[in-house]
Amino acid sequence: MSRPAPSDLKPGARPYRHPGLPEPADKDYAVIGKSKPKIDGREKVTGQARYTADLKFPNMLYGKILTSPHAHARILAIDTSEAEKIPGVKAVITHKDVPSLKYGISPARWDENIFCIDTVKFVGDKVAAVACLDEETCYRALRAIRVEYEVLPAVLDPLHAMDEDAPQIHPEYPRNLNTEIHQDFGDVDGALRKADYVRTDLFIGNRTYQAPLEPHTATSIWQEGKLTVYSSTQSPHYFQYYIAREFGLPMGDVRVIKTYVGGGFGGKLEPTGLEFAGAVLARLTGRPVKMFYDRAEMFAHNRGRHRQYMKLTTGVSAEGRILGVHADFIMDGGAYTSLGIATAYYAGAMLTLTYDFENYRFDMHRVYTNLPACGAQRGHGAPQPRYAFEAHLDNIAKDLGIDPLEIRLRNARKPNTVTPNAFAVNSCEMTACLEQARDLSGWADKKGRLPAGRGIGVATGSFVSGAGYPIYRTDLPHAAAMIKVAEDGTAATLYTGATDIGQGSDTILCQMAAEAMGYTYEQMKIVAADTETTPHDFGAYASRQTLMSGAAVKEAGEEVKKQLLEMAGEMLDLPPEGLDVRLGRIAAKDRPEITLTFEEAARAFFVKKGPLTGRGSYAPPKLGGTFKGAPVGTSPAYSFAAQVSEVQIDEETGEVTVLDVWDVHDCGQVINPALLHAQVHGALYMGMGESIWEEVRFDAQGRILNPTLGEYRIPTALDMPRVHSSIVKSYEPAGPWGVKEVGEGATLPTMGCFRNAIFDAMGVSVNSLPLTPEKVWAALREKRKADGEDIWDPMACECFVE
Amino acid sequence: MQAITDKQGVKRYLIHITVNGDQYSPVIKANTLLVNLLRDGLDLTGTKKGCELGDCGSCTVLMDGKPVDSCLVLALEADGCEIITIEGVARHGELDRLQRAFIDNAAIQCGYCTPGMILSAKALLAGNPHPTEPEVRAAISGNLCRCTGYVNIVKAVLEAAEVKP
Repeated sequence: MSRPAPSDLKPGARPYRHPGLPEPADKDYAVIGKSKPKIDGREKVTGQARYTADLKFPNMLYGKILTSPHAHARILAIDTSEAEKIPGVKAVITHKDVPSLKYGISPARWDENIFCIDTVKFVGDKVAAVACLDEETCYRALRAIRVEYEVLPAVLDPLHAMDEDAPQIHPEYPRNLNTEIHQDFGDVDGALRKADYVRTDLFIGNRTYQAPLEPHTATSIWQEGKLTVYSSTQSPHYFQYYIAREFGLPMGDVRVIKTYVGGGFGGKLEPTGLEFAGAVLARLTGRPVKMFYDRAEMFAHNRGRHRQYMKLTTGVSAEGRILGVHADFIMDGGAYTSLGIATAYYAGAMLTLTYDFENYRFDMHRVYTNLPACGAQRGHGAPQPRYAFEAHLDNIAKDLGIDPLEIRLRNARKPNTVTPNAFAVNSCEMTACLEQARDLSGWADKKGRLPAGRGIGVATGSFVSGAGYPIYRTDLPHAAAMIKVAEDGTAATLYTGATDIGQGSDTILCQMAAEAMGYTYEQMKIVAADTETTPHDFGAYASRQTLMSGAAVKEAGEEVKKQLLEMAGEMLDLPPEGLDVRLGRIAAKDRPEITLTFEEAARAFFVKKGPLTGRGSYAPPKLGGTFKGAPVGTSPAYSFAAQVSEVQIDEETGEVTVLDVWDVHDCGQVINPALLHAQVHGALYMGMGESIWEEVRFDAQGRILNPTLGEYRIPTALDMPRVHSSIVKSYEPAGPWGVKEVGEGATLPTMGCFRNAIFDAMGVSVNSLPLTPEKVWAALREKRKADGEDIWDPMACECFVE
Repeated sequence: MQAITDKQGVKRYLIHITVNGDQYSPVIKANTLLVNLLRDGLDLTGTKKGCELGDCGSCTVLMDGKPVDSCLVLALEADGCEIITIEGVARHGELDRLQRAFIDNAAIQCGYCTPGMILSAKALLAGNPHPTEPEVRAAISGNLCRCTGYVNIVKAVLEAAEVKP
């Protein structure tokens, strides 16, 4: 059902709607839609793939950063003299040796310094750095630096960060308020008044960490005014931009090169401090400097998921139609902004996507605390609010006596609609996803009919296919690509700034290039994510590369094809419009016996006209409304997903065993089915870890209690359920060949889906993440008490009383 | 074991170690970890470091046929041992069936866990050529992967077990 634009859009300013390229009748693709092996597979299985920490340069030094042991303290003095005397120590730097210009990934709140100047703001804040002949000497040097601190009272509880008498963390931000949002669409109060039923619930999220397996590393080389940084980064462009800004260099004198990256999930999107400190150490010593975090330092640097406190009030009709929603959230931002402004907006913005309702109010306070800064983790701000809303909706369904799957079908968003916060949705197969998940899981036979302790739950999710606006304001296109065909036509190289961090963009972009050129995937080579040799692209975040980088690659490939067919036309004495090329074979459309190979035409082109190249770029149209914060959450296209899960609860221990998960995705045209389902597996896995086990915990001094992969419990191969990943037929008119995102969307439904399955199994609601055995056990116990069962309390036993 | 002492009184030891069939006689300090000897001393950077605490399994190598976390093994302890790293799995440029299966089953994403994962699986198949799925899961449960949910990795190992070596 199409609706008029939301009331707060300026008159006449209607949300952008894609003109709606028709679905091509001939969908017989030669290269896309096929499970081609990863282009870097061989290098990765043989150990030849080199990650940043694997690189060695002549005369290279090793560098480490000294961090704060206090959550909040004033720096009184720093004495580096003892450290400097140690043999093998080549440089020791503090805030006095580096630019004092504040930086951050969010331009609206640059609030970080390379090294702390007056105060340290969390355990792990950066104070000094060393460059030494070897790693062992680095640790000795760090221990020899004497820092005198005056410990200050710290803010560790986000719910008290805004109190009048709370310690002040950044003088510029009174009451520790980092970001405040108040958005109001339609008439929420009126909708709640008119509703047949109104319910309010409160949910609490968890602080989680991306925990990529590869630790952050950066190696800096500063030679004759030019700085080169090899980095495990998700965005060479943003690194280049911010490094150049910090040191006052032209961007042309900063080269950022991505090596192979061992996972990012949002945590490697912004500069880490290693690049800045390493650059200064490299300039001072005149030698390459390799900087790296160990696992505990990674947890302290963080930029993982924000913990959110989420109050939801929803009014529904007697049939369960959602009439109005009020979301009132607080999020713990930690000591700095990181990507948190966007996170705060995303938290509310993305709640309007999967269900169709008109009246929506969103209030958010992102507060500073003396804990590690939070940022963007897979799904950005959306997964915890999605968990909360899906749990809230199940509560409502239960109160009204409506089947949880049915209430979702009644509210499911339809294609070609506009959300209350002015997101134009083109393709949307939410209904089909729910129906397929229902049928594949055997919902009808299971709901209400499972044996004791077993339950089934459903939840939905939706995510952007690239952000409508870049992180800092610029008119650069979002993606660009070049293709160079080899002189003899036997290979072609794609040059792209797109950033493969494991998700497989190098592979699918080469498939797309080959499809557009009429070439084979097997002959494609790729040079990617090097700011000096590849054209600009914003990188790997907001699930943007398949659609955005893909659009640029398609244009470049089509330019190659056009020139190739013109050459072939000259050679065959036929009009180029009458020719086509597929998998490297040129043929006349009406006389298939007339053929030429791609190689022959490409070689002839090079001899007569020079290099055969193609270029492409992509910029999204102007998207979204005109209210404050309207750009966050805009996208040319949105993916949709439904998940159903079946769980078994051990009543004695509260342990949750997830048996099966069915994920059904609407992700438009698929480029590589094998890699697509692999993305779903990984996103679901990450969502599962966050749902049941993962949580970064702190002691009363703000020190992380579990900064290891042994105690921060990411799931092992023994913890995984049976995963059934499936897609629905879909075509997105705004994406090249009809593509949309998949990599983050599958993280979104998981937490709510498990909570709802537990709710179904035991009738107890666990209102905070993670859904640990302790919490499930405690909830079961409360329920049994409430049911009048006489429960023995071991803690009340005399033997435990001193 | 031969040892020499430097001016600061720190001893260095001469060890003999076979890595991927090649014999080396490096001189090392007592606290040198096997993973650092392999990566820094022998330039075999296919062995990855993810935690240096024995939690993640990224640095798994085979020591006399057994999978070990090379960050928990002192290089001294490897004296006289035969080590296989990921660089030694393919023979004369020919991929091992496990490597082939990892590629064919889209079992690789970022690839950081892949070397350790393949070596753990290799040790499993050497002792148990036809494992069940639970046996595969148990064998790789010391190798963390943050990308794949293990779904395709388990599939790859099971497929490799079907193929004759």
